[in-house]
Order: sequence, then structure tokens, then C-alpha cells
Amino acid sequence: MSWTISENSFWGPLDPAADAGYDEDRPKRKGFFTDTSICIGCKACEVACKEWNDVPADHFDMTATSYDNSHSLNANQWRHVAFIEQPKRLVTEGEGQDSGLRGTVDLGMPTVPPTGAAEQLANGADDRPDFRWLMSSDVCKHCTHAACLDVCPTGSLFRTEFGTVVVQDDICNGCGYCVPACPYGVIERRKAPDGAKNVGIAQKCTLCYDRLDAGQTPACAQACPTQSIQYGDVEELRERANKRVEQLHEAGIMDARLYGNDPNDGVGGTGAFFLLLDEPEVYGFPPDPVVTTKDLPAMYKHAVAAAGALLAGAAVAFLGRRP
Amino acid sequence: MAEAHPVGFQWVMEAKARGAKVIHVDPRFTRTSALADTFVPLRVGTDIAFLGGIINYVLTNELDFREYVVAYTNAATIVSDDYADTDDLDGLFSGFDPETRTYDPSSWQYATQEDDGGDRQDHETQRETASGMQHETHGMSVDDDVLRDETLQHPNCVYQVLKRHFARYTPEVVASTCGVSEEQFLEVCRAWTQNSTRDRTTALVYSVGWTQHSVGVQYIRTGAILQLLLGNMGRPGGGIMALRGHASIQGSTDIPTLFNLLPGYLPMPNAEDHQSLEQWIDATRNPGAKGFWSKADAYSVSMLKAWWGEHATADNDYCFDYLPRITGDHGTYRTVLDMIDGKVKGYFLLGQNPAVGSAHGKAQRLGMANLDWLVVRDLFEIESASFWKDSPEVETGEIVPEECRTEVFLMPAASHVEKEGTFTQTHRMLQWREKAVEPSGDCRSELWFFFHLGRMIRERLAGSTDERDRPLLDLTWDYPLLGETQDPDAEAVLKEINGFDVATGRPLATFTEMAADGSTAGGCWIYTGVMKDGVNQAARRKPGNEQDWVAAEWGWTWPANRRTLYNRASADPEGRPWSERKAYVWWDEEQQRWTGHDVPDFEVTKPPSYRPDEGVDGIAGIAGDDPFIMQGDGKGGLFVPQGLIDGPLPTHYEPVESPFRNPIYGQQANPTRKEYPRQDNRMNPSPPEDGSEVFPYVFTTSRLTEHHTAGGMSRYVARLAELQPEMFVEISPELAAERGLENGGWCHVVTARAAVEARVLVTERMTPLRVEGRTVHQVWLPYHWGTGGLVTGDSANDLLGISLDPNVLIQESKVGTCDVLPGRRPTGRAALDLVTAYQKRSGVHGDRTVPIVTTGPGAAGDDEGDPTGGGGGAE
Amino acid sequence: MAKTNLGWPVLRQLLGSDVLGRGVAARSKQTDATTARTETADRVAKSVCPYCAVGCAQKIFVKDEQVIQIEGDPDSPVNRGRLCPKGAASKNLVTSELRQTKVRYRRPYGTEWEDLDLDVAMEMIADRVVKARNDTWQDLDDQDRKVRRTMGIASLGGATLDNEENYLIKKLFTAMGAIQIENQARI
Repeated sequence: MSWTISENSFWGPLDPAADAGYDEDRPKRKGFFTDTSICIGCKACEVACKEWNDVPADHFDMTATSYDNSHSLNANQWRHVAFIEQPKRLVTEGEGQDSGLRGTVDLGMPTVPPTGAAEQLANGADDRPDFRWLMSSDVCKHCTHAACLDVCPTGSLFRTEFGTVVVQDDICNGCGYCVPACPYGVIERRKAPDGAKNVGIAQKCTLCYDRLDAGQTPACAQACPTQSIQYGDVEELRERANKRVEQLHEAGIMDARLYGNDPNDGVGGTGAFFLLLDEPEVYGFPPDPVVTTKDLPAMYKHAVAAAGALLAGAAVAFLGRRP
Repeated sequence: MAEAHPVGFQWVMEAKARGAKVIHVDPRFTRTSALADTFVPLRVGTDIAFLGGIINYVLTNELDFREYVVAYTNAATIVSDDYADTDDLDGLFSGFDPETRTYDPSSWQYATQEDDGGDRQDHETQRETASGMQHETHGMSVDDDVLRDETLQHPNCVYQVLKRHFARYTPEVVASTCGVSEEQFLEVCRAWTQNSTRDRTTALVYSVGWTQHSVGVQYIRTGAILQLLLGNMGRPGGGIMALRGHASIQGSTDIPTLFNLLPGYLPMPNAEDHQSLEQWIDATRNPGAKGFWSKADAYSVSMLKAWWGEHATADNDYCFDYLPRITGDHGTYRTVLDMIDGKVKGYFLLGQNPAVGSAHGKAQRLGMANLDWLVVRDLFEIESASFWKDSPEVETGEIVPEECRTEVFLMPAASHVEKEGTFTQTHRMLQWREKAVEPSGDCRSELWFFFHLGRMIRERLAGSTDERDRPLLDLTWDYPLLGETQDPDAEAVLKEINGFDVATGRPLATFTEMAADGSTAGGCWIYTGVMKDGVNQAARRKPGNEQDWVAAEWGWTWPANRRTLYNRASADPEGRPWSERKAYVWWDEEQQRWTGHDVPDFEVTKPPSYRPDEGVDGIAGIAGDDPFIMQGDGKGGLFVPQGLIDGPLPTHYEPVESPFRNPIYGQQANPTRKEYPRQDNRMNPSPPEDGSEVFPYVFTTSRLTEHHTAGGMSRYVARLAELQPEMFVEISPELAAERGLENGGWCHVVTARAAVEARVLVTERMTPLRVEGRTVHQVWLPYHWGTGGLVTGDSANDLLGISLDPNVLIQESKVGTCDVLPGRRPTGRAALDLVTAYQKRSGVHGDRTVPIVTTGPGAAGDDEGDPTGGGGGAE
Repeated sequence: MAKTNLGWPVLRQLLGSDVLGRGVAARSKQTDATTARTETADRVAKSVCPYCAVGCAQKIFVKDEQVIQIEGDPDSPVNRGRLCPKGAASKNLVTSELRQTKVRYRRPYGTEWEDLDLDVAMEMIADRVVKARNDTWQDLDDQDRKVRRTMGIASLGGATLDNEENYLIKKLFTAMGAIQIENQARI
């Protein structure tokens, strides 16, 4: 038991479940490592997630954005596969007359390039093999410092014993404070379709809290045909991810980098982190996310005087509830 | 593979993680390309040129696996002096008859055996009956006295014939024909050959991108030649893998709901050649030939015993005459055209949606609109059930509901969790499914439907003295009925398929226990063993992680639970593994038997040193180093003297619809292809004919990961429908600029059959190619949409005409020519007018048909002969 | 596990280990009672995916005679528990609201579907098969060769069906003399 707020409770490396009062018997922190270099864009994760969590289908429109018809993470999309078609370089005059209109048709994939390519790649993106179709399955990051949780006035959003962040839909009142608090734009209140469960309630990935409770793998990771989505202990996943990056670098794929694995980043590292083959922005990720409640402790000091009033308010709020 | 078989692709990714190089050759950049090491875009319909070029590279540089090739293939066998190649005859083989557009194959035979090919059916009949499909499994009828030159120097040995035949397929020719760069082509050549050694094997994976062509069988043949030359057959990590697209399409070929086959690849008897039981059996066992087909009498009689039980006796030839006879092409396309012509009364559709899934959708729907009755059994109200009220033809006025006479029964089907039974999947593996829940309402299994339909028909005919009713009344048709709905016991049916000893009822353990004297019964000989010891072997579920990598105790694979066919070839002629790394099945000298990781595909105690005495045929005729035990000479066929209608070797022909003249030969497209020249089945013109410029672009179709075939199991499923909610067409930026198309906007694609609209997806995944010095644009369409379900759209298969591979009567649906116009298509009659206008502009109207023979006497433009598509007895 | 017996969340927060009210103190009773629905299934049937031919093993979880979950079977050496989007949507396939569960009948020249009892439909179909067979029966073909068949009844389908089903289909149709029996393997 600890009466003190940890030095890192709002910023920096932290074991979030311990910080949230779970004792030493708690399980190790769980998370996802999504290796986008082996994602085949099949969307099994999206479907398996929806099937397990009963997330409704509510949009049947083609976006004409490559094969991405699920738009983004939102209340009805807890997994989202992004498809990024990266153009070939421009053909300079005189090139490519033999083989096609765009010059070389050697569409170097994010794999082993010809000899010497590693050095070229290291020298800059301009020489990167021409065309790539990048695919990446996005999900709630289950941040170490989760602003959505910290701003939730009802305690609906909470930290589980697995270190994940979950909405308790029996508590959420749909106030929506969490929505702008998320630096990734993940969480959203369900607005549609009519008749679906939890309309009005904040929705996002639970990392299949119910499955974890039963010792199972989250539905998306269980389905993923190529193990692009890997589930496990965050600590072990981080090691695995580092090795994978090394392996790709050795193979000359210098673009490979991790995103979200660093406990010293703006959200204290994420429980769900990624191996990317390009800048985060390319995949629609914020390059340098910062927990929006970073300054809460400072504000807290100034607000000590108001604590009593806050407490009274809280008591009143809960007296109105059924036990 | 990542698109249509994503879970199978995990093994490719695993191989890649272990250092394998993945090459993807495809007209379009797919999700497979995205993960491949090398992507090679090529012009649709030029695969034989591409693979032929690799064969040429192998032979020119002598990179073949020589010891394997000499011992295990027919490379050394001498071909008849009379044989003349496409190389000499401008794209035709010797023996061509321009009148019938078929070959007399006697000049293709091995030296000294020229007459043998003529004993078989003539090729015109073979084309009519898709009997190539039978040959595929039955192998060749070859005497044991073939001449061989194991130095491979004889000018007429297969090796040299092959070398001359493929000499034209140089890197330059490949580049200019296929639209690939020479450099990239050679990269593939190097990768393939360097990875095919004693220590390494290369696997080849294909799907209907190869089969759905007018030369589809020869596509596969080209792959087979290459894999044989490189020693990749019958070895672990090698082979040619057909990735099949439906859960049990392998099963429905083994136990065929196909017109030309009976279970276990026994032929449906034809009226001309199979007038007696013996003639029918001999057609399969090829008297005098080697191999396991020599026991075809046991397999055939056991099947007749399974069907007609005690009524099948030696005295009545085991009821052989109860089998109806085929007399020609009774394939699905012929049948649909017969429906249009009013010749068919009733039609059953069993989990299939031809209104969307078959070529020439309009012909499919007009055929269904001209029946007495139609029974549709499906999970959903698919387009083939509702065509009379919502098909495109209703919009154009070609089908008027009040005038459409077809009576339709839509019978709800049980799903895969609501019945028990086996699927046979792409690896020939039977897997048993348990019933999870009862079907609701009127939903019933096919097993229920057909059992009770049969029961009711038999009740109606009971007491009949009409001879024609005997096959129904004498049929063994008594299975235990289970539960409230009285479903037949599927395992009892599987027991009959497996076969049993008639006297004791004991299930047979292997097909070698089958006898030709009526003492055994068995519905499908290749499945014998699936109920070995009375145990359902297909239901075995020993976890993979508790087994070795072959995992032989999961499910059951035909034949004999053998996971890799012809695996004798994984050992050298002396029976030793080619290398330790690639050890799979080998001869154990100590125990004097074949052993290894898999069930040996060889007589288990026949030593490698075994040599048959002269004149010995059948199984005993197979030498100890003949791994291809189903072939009449025990050898892998690089050159195929029998069984193929379009030639003993693969040859590049242009697709039936092509913007290009054949750059390699004067003969433009497959001269023996099956055509149905009718006004309602127009083909777009191709060179040397005028008018091909009216359809300047090449289109191809295929699947998306998110949908399944004709959409009957995906457009009605919200989770899938939302992932790919609209019909679209993929267009390169260059073509978009040329035709004024905008990403996300609409366009329509026009052929001589239909105009189909779609949203435009402009993508660099589509690559314009340089072919024969000019640019060709290719467009790609998924074919999943129709008028029903949660997401609707036009059907890509409406664009296709019907033109078939002559060997197996499969349609050329992977390539055609088209025009692409911006905006949505016209509707109603105006849509018909648009297509008619295109027909007129391209010159395919009135009585005009597109010429087929374009070289030699009888060629197009020659006054002699009838070079048009009237040949083949199609009409 | 630090599931506390303290009552109000605020008290749990103030008196328990979770001062910031982020975890232990914030848990609702529903959360504490959470478990995977597969844990309480009545039974699990071993099955196989009905879409493509890779043959992925599936586990079908059943509760109260309803399918409550379908997922890959990790025991399978084929798919190792994994599924593609179609396999993962199998529950949606078999429980789709669009499933046809009643026989529908369209009479000749009709403009709407009508209801029809299953038993009646079966009788009608049997009548039609017998009649079509009789009306189109051929003992001999036009060259006087023995054929013993009907060319009036055709069928398409089988690639999505079970072996046992294809077997009965082929056996019955062949005995009936119907030969235009085809499936997707020709396509």
C-alpha cells in the first residue's frame, strides 16, 4: 500500500498497474507488438475484434484510399488497418525505355535489397526502392500514462491488472472528456448504428480484457495469419522488437524503426507498440505524442486548497448512485 | 496467395523469415507482391512465354538436375521421327486438321509406338468430353520397349526436342512478349535454378490465374516441365501446389460432381468407346502399361458394388449398364447454352451462384430464365435465386417477370456448423467437422436433401417394371437416419466411400485390398483407408505441436495418408536421400524397406535395384527407380505424347482476346480451343483480324481477401461487406490520365458482351507495360459483386465471353480485352445499345465469327477450308 | 490480486492502494465479474473453415444451442489457430440476419416470393424430377448408341459441400441417368 503518488505517476517510466494499486501478485504487463513489416493487410484483426467484442458494422462506403475502407480507429473500429501506397520515384528522361513507362519495374519491397542497397538506404530515403505498399494494423496504445483515464470524471476508464486501459461501460456516462484527451485520437463515443449496444458510451480496444482474464490471447492477435500482431508481456515484446529491428537493419532495411516502445517518450511508452518502415506520420501516427495530463502534478500543487471541496463533491456524486 | 489464401501464406512468411526468397509474378501488384522479395509484373496471358524462357535458360546453360532428369523423367526417351514441332510449323504441331481444329497425335508418340496413340479416342472426341482430365491422372499408355538414350544426345530424345522447342524463348523474346525487363527475368531464372539442387528445393504455387485460360492446362504443364528439370518434384519443399479456392473443391473433384468423371477419377463411360464393362475398365488400366492403374478393374467393380450392392453381379457386369453414357461436351457452359435454347427442364444449384460467378453472366441468367424449374439451395437469397426480379436483364427488359416461366424453389441450406462431414482441402487432406448446432427452420444439409429426394423418387417409382427405373430402384440407399430432422449419418456414407468387405462388412484398410470379383465394395478407391479399422481417420486431431513437421496424425490425406505424392523421388535412384537436408523418404537397407518421414509413395518392400523382367506390366512393371508410379512408363513426363489435345509441349499462344499479334508464331491463339460461336457469345476481335483497336485495353479479374468468390458467403455478411463495400476497378495513373478517370469516381468497362460500371481506384500497383514496342494498359477488377446482399455492384464476369481450354473445358476468364470510359454506364436499353455499338465498330456482328486458325493451309484469309469457329461440333 | 472489499470507489481510493483512483479503486462489480464467454460455453465443436481450401481448423463454441464464438484451433498444424478475415467472420456467416431459414417459392410468371412448406416443396421437387426425367429420357442417342440418360436435368455445385454430400449427389443423379452434373472445379 502506498499513500504517496509516485514520482513518475504522470511522466516517465512506470509500471502502470503497480501505480494503480495492484499488488505484487498482479500479472506482468500485457501488450501488443505489431510488426508492420510482415502485415499482409488481410484485416483478420479487424474482423476478429468485431466478432469477439460485438462491435457493429456501420459504414458501407468505399473511401478510394487504397484498400482502407474502415477509415480510422473509432468507436466502431477498434482495430484499423492502414494501407499506404508509396509512389515510385519519377522517371528521368531516357530511363526505363525498355521495361515500362515508369522506368525500372524492380519494385523493391521492404525486404532484402540487392547488394549495396543497404548503404544506399542508409544514405537517405531518396534512393529507397521505388514502390511500396505498406500495411499496418493500428489499435489503442494502452499508454503508460493514459490521459483518457486521468481525465475520466466517473472512473469508467481504468487501469487493469494487466496494465491495460479499459472503459467500464456500466460506469461511463458518455461525457466525452476522454475523447480530446487521447493524443492518438483513438477513443470515441459510439454514435451509430441505432439499436447497437453502448450507443453514447466511449469505446475503444480493451485488449480483450475478458479474454486475458481467462488466460486467452486477444482476438486480433489470435487470428493474425502472419503474427504481425504479437501479444505478450510488454517487457519481452520490447526485447523481441529490438531484435527484429536489428535483424532488418542487418538485412539492409534501414527504414525499420520502433514506435511507442520507449518508456521515456511522451506517454511513458505504450503497451501496444509498432515496428514501422517509415516515419510515423506516413502511417497516420503523431510523431511525438505527449500525454495531455503531463502537467497535472504541477497543477495539483496549486489545487491542494481545493482538495476538500473536491472530496465533498465526489462524496455527493457517489451518494447519488446506487451501491 | 496472401490475397486469397492468407492463412496459408503464413508458411511463406515463415520460410521468408528463415531466408527463403519469395518471387511473385502477377499482372497486378497484390498483397502478396507487397511481401515478396521480388515482384515481376507481366502481361496477362503470357505465362507460357515467361516460363518457357526459364526452361530455355535451364537447357541452354545445362542447369537441369541431370541425375534426376535422366533417371526419373522421360528426357532420354526417343520420340517418333514423324514428330514436327511448333518451331517448324509456325505454331502448330504435326498432325493438325484445320477442318476439325484437332490433331492426329500418332506423330507425337515415342519411336516404335506410333500406332499406340491412335488406339485411344480421337482428339475431337477428347475435347468434347474433357477427357484430358482423365488422362491427367491415368497417365500414358506406354509399352515397356521404349527407346532411350541416357546420354541425352539423340536428336529426337525428349531432352533435345525440348531444347529445340524452347530455343525461341530467349530473354529478349520474353521481355518483348511479357513486358518484363530482361534483367528481372534473368533474376528470376537465377533465383529458381540456384535454389534447385540436392540441398535445396523450390516450390511453385498457382491458382486459377493459371487454369482459367484457353491454354490453362499447358500453363501447368510448363510449370511441371520446369520443376521436373530442376528436380523439384516429389521432394520436400518442392512441388507444384494448386491453391484451391473452395473448402472442398478438391473433394468435389475426387468424388466428382463433374460430368466426365466418376469417383476416384474413373471415367464416365461414353457411348462410343465404353460399350462393355471391359472396354470401360481398359480405358483406365491401359493394358500393357505399368503402374497402379493396372488395378482399375478392382476400383471400378468395387464402385459398382457400392452403388448397386447385391444387384451387381459378375453375370450382369456388376450393373455396368446402369451407368448413363456421355456422348460429348456436357459441361456447365454447354448446358447453360442449351438452357437458352430450351433443351433443359430442371436445374439444381447447390451452394453455387453462377449468375455472378460463372463467365458470361448474362448467358447464365438468360439460361435460368428459360427453365421449367430451378432449385436453389443456399444460405442466402443469392442472385441465382432472384434473377427473375432483380437481374440486369430485368432492367434492360430482356427478362420480364410476368413472362418468365421458370418456377423457383429457394431451399435454405445448413451451414458448415450445422452438419457433420468431411471437406477435402487443397493438400488432399480430409478433415471431419463435428456438428455444433442444429440448423434452424427449414435449413437442411445437402445430405438430407438428396437422401430424402432419392427416397421420394424411389417411392414414386416403386413397382415400376420399366427397365430405366432399375438403377434407381436397385440403388443402395439405406443410411441410418439421425435426430428429429432425420439426417442421414454422414459417417455411414463415409464408410461406404471408404469401402468394405462385402461378406463381413469390415472396412478396407487400403485400396490394394480391393478386388475385381465383387467381394469388395467401395465408393471412391482413392479414399480407401479413411475409415481404416472402422475409425474415422479424418477426425484425428493430434495437436501439431505434439507431432513432427509432417504431422501425419492430423486428418487424413489421400492416398493412404501420404502427404507428398511421388515422394520416392526424394531419394536418389539407389534409394539414398539426395542430401541430408532434404531427406524425406529413403530405402533402409537393413530392414529392406522404404521408410522416412512420410508414407512412402512406393511399394514398401520393392528395392531400388528391382528391375522388371521384359514384358512385365502393371505394378510389377515399375522398376525400383521409377518414382512416378501412376504413369505408364514410371517417368515424369517432360514431353506428353498422349492425353493433351493442344500439343505434347506448351507453346505460347495469345489469349483469345488480345491486342497483340502472337510475336512467336503465326498461329495466334490456341487452335484447338473450345468455342461456342453464337450471336449471344461474341468474342472481341484480335490480330490479325481488324477491329481489335476498339478494345485497346487488357483486363483481368480475381479475388479480394475480404470477399469470397461470387459473394454468396461475403456480401451477405456485414463484417466482410463493410471491408470492401463497392465494386471497383484498378487503373494505372497513366491510363487514368489517358481516359480522364478520377480516383474515387466512376467508370465503365465495355466488351462485346456487356458494359460494367465500377468505382475507379487509381493506383501505381497497376503497371503499364512495354510489349512489342508499344505500351499496353491492363486493368483489374474483382468479381465479387451482384444485385443482392448488403453491398451491391455490377458483376465483372458479365464482361466475359465463353471460350474454353480444350482439355478440361474451363473458361478463359482471366484475360480479355476491353475499353474503359469515364462515368457511369448507361442504363436500361441504352446499356444494350452501347454494347451493340461496340460490336458493330469492332466488326463482330451478323454472322461474323472470329477466325481461329491463323497459319498454314486453311488459315484466315485463305479461300480454302472453314477457318472460322464452326469446328469442334459445338453447334 | 488486489480486488478490495471496500465499498464506495471514493473510499477505496482514499483508503486503498490506488490513490489516484486509476485501477483497483475504479473497478466496477461488472468488471470484477468479467470473464470470456468462451469459458462458459456448453460445448466446443471441432470444425473447419468453410471458405477457401486451406482447411483452417476452427473451434465452434456453443451456449444454449447458439453459436457464441468461432475461432481458429491452435492445435491445427495447418493454421495454428489463425484465421483470415473470412474465417474470422464465420460466426457472422452462420448467424447473419440475412440467412434464409424458410423455403421460398416463385411460381411461373410470378412477381413475388411466396411461402411454401418444406414438406410440400420436397414433394413438388420430387414430382418435377420424375416428370422431367420421363419427358426427356433417351435409351439411344441419335446414332442409336445406348445412352440410358436424361438431358433434361442439370446441376451445378459441390465445391462448398462435404464429400459425403457430393457422393450422394453423384450417386443419385447417375442412377437417375442425369449427367450434366457440374461444379466449380470446371470453372
